[in-house]
Amino acid sequence: MSTHSGATGVAQAPPQAQQRAGRRAKAPLSEGARAERRLGWLLCAPAVIVMLAVTAYPIGYAIWLSLQRYDLRFPADRHFIGLTNYATVLTSSLWWTAFGVTLFITVVSVAVELVLGMGLAMMMRWALVGRAALRTAILVPYGIVTVVAAYSWQYAWTPGTGYLANLLPSGNAPLTQQWPAIFIIIGAEIWKTTPFMALLLLAGLALVPEELLKAAKVDGASAWQRFTQVMLPLMKPAILVALLFRTLDAFRIFDNIFILTAGANNTRSVSILGYDNLFTALNLGIGSAISVLIFVAVAIIAFVFVKGFGTAAPGQEVERR
Amino acid sequence: MNRNPRAKTLWGITDIIVIIVALVPVLWLASLSFKDPGTIADGSFLPHKWTLDNYRGIFQTSLFTRALVNSIGIALIATALAVVVGSMAAYAVARLRFPGKGLLIGAALLIAMFPPISLVSPLFNLWRQLGLFDTWPGLIIPYLTFSLPLTIYTLSAFFREIPWDLERAAKVDGATPIQAFLRVIAPLAAPGMVTTAILVFIFCWNDFVFAISLTSTLNSRTVPAAIAFFTGASQFQTPIGSIAAAGVVITIPIVIFVFIFQRRIVAGLTSGAVKG
Repeated sequence: MSTHSGATGVAQAPPQAQQRAGRRAKAPLSEGARAERRLGWLLCAPAVIVMLAVTAYPIGYAIWLSLQRYDLRFPADRHFIGLTNYATVLTSSLWWTAFGVTLFITVVSVAVELVLGMGLAMMMRWALVGRAALRTAILVPYGIVTVVAAYSWQYAWTPGTGYLANLLPSGNAPLTQQWPAIFIIIGAEIWKTTPFMALLLLAGLALVPEELLKAAKVDGASAWQRFTQVMLPLMKPAILVALLFRTLDAFRIFDNIFILTAGANNTRSVSILGYDNLFTALNLGIGSAISVLIFVAVAIIAFVFVKGFGTAAPGQEVERR
Repeated sequence: MNRNPRAKTLWGITDIIVIIVALVPVLWLASLSFKDPGTIADGSFLPHKWTLDNYRGIFQTSLFTRALVNSIGIALIATALAVVVGSMAAYAVARLRFPGKGLLIGAALLIAMFPPISLVSPLFNLWRQLGLFDTWPGLIIPYLTFSLPLTIYTLSAFFREIPWDLERAAKVDGATPIQAFLRVIAPLAAPGMVTTAILVFIFCWNDFVFAISLTSTLNSRTVPAAIAFFTGASQFQTPIGSIAAAGVVITIPIVIFVFIFQRRIVAGLTSGAVKG
């Protein structure tokens, strides 16, 4: 049973199991295998149907909408215009500003989270005291509703009201200036999602055997050498998965910006821009074109990670036992 | 590892710093929620004058109470559906041999990466045509979809760990298949399902993108979306107190989950995502 992995996995099957599998492939399917197949499909069918119906179909529909002039304020004037919406978006400085802001937020927050997350993971593994307290405390930022946390940061940085804003020289309203606001957004993002990064890295850290680190120490490796030469190579798959997930997640940033600045002063992310075009400008055509472009950008990021860095996607793992 | 008291103190100090950083924003919001409207903008971290008026205020408006009912109902239904549909698929992935399994896992991964905002414009239009706009199912359906990848990964990782041979052993001992399932397998599977349910609930509870895009009234607006439209319980009140109080109310279940289930949440988050 457990030696078979999906189409993508490389099963580390014991030899006799491989032989068994080889024989099965040649022989016609037994009644039992066929029943197992049917049951497998039947059990997966609801999940597959829901997932396809709510993503594949709508994204196709979004592509169709993006090729039309479709402004809800002028619904009668709806017609096919080819790639004009894409040209409009891609030649607009609004899109490129939002794209730049999104990339900046993504790169900075993921980089900082990787460093902090690694530190937290090590604390959770090796701290002499308070590991359970640590784990409980960091799950609070993970679990809290992003919008609620964003309000907390917003009020903290509001002049007069907030404990953080009052640390600044008076007359500063950081959320109303582009760069200070972007850094506050990044800070809120880091606070909220570092725990998730840390937990994924902790799972990777669990794969580093204590004896190996001790042996390296006996051989005279410094702490830094043990970290770069022993831990990092073993943790690489876990690090890449964590980076992939967090990069994609950060690129979709929406909630924090919506609450903290609502996209004012050029702090829009691409998701905020898409939302504004849809619900403020009521332009379904342009909004859909932005949706499709975000989808393409996310697909490119995922592709780069999987093909470029060889990130193994979760679920494709060798089945254990 | 040295175990001298100095190392312990250093670890202790680092622990405390991390814990403070993790909790301060939450405590700040709680402090705001207890501040009297007159002193809410005084910039002090702790309230000078404590009051429960903010809480009284929000529970007197249907804007908040309806949103709370919507949030709870929608998150619970979506969680239950996700766990049922996800368990079926996860059982198949963990236990059965069938062609297309790799495809299913790949598709689930794609959806885990899908940008929700890309679905907002087509779903907004589709839901208006299908009459699902601003209804509970209108939110439950996308929540179910986006929690399925998480459910399938986490549950299949848990299911793989179950010693299924016990089931056969129970049958040999004379148990009927249903008895074998209920007495032997279900208790072993339950912890994994509870963990998954918590993670899915947190996800649904947290959502904002769909909640503001696919709702327009009290019919289905959930708390995160409703908060963004707060104007204050009365004209004499700033919304800061109300928003803070509402934020604290919807943070309470999360804090309870974290305290009771922290081990399970950690296990669930890491099981599906990283190879063992």
